[in-house]
Amino acid sequence: MLTKRIIPCLDVKLGRVVKGVQFLDHVDAGDPVELAGYYNQEGADELVFYDITASSDDRNIMIEVVSQTAEQVFIPLTVGGGIRTIEDVNKMLLAGADKVSINTAAVQRPEFIEESAKAFGSQCIVVGIDVIRSNNGQRFTWTVKTHTGRDGGRSTGLDAIEWVKQVVELGAGEIVLNSIDSDGMLSGYDIDLLQAVSKYASIPVVASGGAGKLSDFSDAIINGNADAVLAASIFHFNKYSIKEVKNYLDSKDIAVRF
Amino acid sequence: MDTAIVDYGTGNIRSVLKAIESLGYSAEVIDTPEKISAAKSLIIPGQGSSGYAMKKLREKQLVNPIIDYIKEQRPFFGVCLGLQLLMETSEEDPEPCLGIIPGEVKRFQHGLKIPHMGWNQVQFTTQNPIFSGIPEDSFFYFVHSYYVDPFDDDIVLGETEYGLTFCSAIAKDNIVATQFHPEKSGEIGLSLYKNFLANI
Repeated sequence: MLTKRIIPCLDVKLGRVVKGVQFLDHVDAGDPVELAGYYNQEGADELVFYDITASSDDRNIMIEVVSQTAEQVFIPLTVGGGIRTIEDVNKMLLAGADKVSINTAAVQRPEFIEESAKAFGSQCIVVGIDVIRSNNGQRFTWTVKTHTGRDGGRSTGLDAIEWVKQVVELGAGEIVLNSIDSDGMLSGYDIDLLQAVSKYASIPVVASGGAGKLSDFSDAIINGNADAVLAASIFHFNKYSIKEVKNYLDSKDIAVRF
Repeated sequence: MDTAIVDYGTGNIRSVLKAIESLGYSAEVIDTPEKISAAKSLIIPGQGSSGYAMKKLREKQLVNPIIDYIKEQRPFFGVCLGLQLLMETSEEDPEPCLGIIPGEVKRFQHGLKIPHMGWNQVQFTTQNPIFSGIPEDSFFYFVHSYYVDPFDDDIVLGETEYGLTFCSAIAKDNIVATQFHPEKSGEIGLSLYKNFLANI
């Protein structure tokens, strides 16, 4: 049976792993290559690196981090942050990334999804979607934000559900759905958001933002229909190990890999 | 060089190379007919679409050298698209595949999330040294939208469930090929390459 994936996310800034709260106030959380090896030993199903500064100067540092990780860790690795061109995608794949996550550039120019999926295959094109939630009194709506790597990001006015439909249509292989409201808050994934998106996503959806306790993971999977769950703080600061999360999910009859 | 990895402009060549090197074997990334003829063993990795891959193989004039290599009964390992290309035809593209193994490449049915992405189990249907030391129902990493349906059931080495039971590994004479990615399947995946290289 296809298992649900547990994915630690490593936000990388100038070659170090950092972790913030609601995308700001970053504190040091370790060496990316070492942490990748550690999580692999722990039973992580995949790894995600987000280059959260991603100026062109810093890009080479990230390529080196990816390259070193891929030499030592033999599980899937996704890299995101500041990917804007086909050449950026190509460089990360050549460095050893298995998937590349695009975000701001996809919103600015949706054809970028289609072009990169055609060039490299849908399976390696992940679209990261960062959303903020609002409540219009009757129901929740979610709006896409871009440039979230710095200064809290920019709101686009783009409806998250409409964007999901478009992303699927354009040939993305996977969606990482990140709730900015929940990011680093340890208050649980946005289940309403996951439910709303899962109706339209015929590709895998990775829940991101908010994992704080064990039941948050099972909620995202059982109630939110997530195919995978991504978390950062909960793992970096050793609140729970990946094994503990997997044992818990197993006890809830959710298929995981041991 | 213990093995040669065919680079046809698609796929995660470097991951395969690093996986082989981590096992203490030497590998070379190649893309010429001469290097294929000279290879001690050959790996075709791959991701992406079959039509694009066949076009690239043709451009580099590698189609006949690969077919000749395999027909000479020399050690061959196909990964993901490298398995699918062995078949005759694919629903993905009108372009014929290499046609080494009678069979078709089919798309997963509607209603399933596509691609089939993540860790899934492989049940062994035949004993083979390539799976030596690997427990039944081990997990391997998959990412694909199409699967192979070989006409000869006897060559099916392993099966996996995703909406239906599909063939996730084959073995025939000198050929071994897997739908999953050993280079992305942790220690268990690496041991598959180890078994392959130990027997060449």
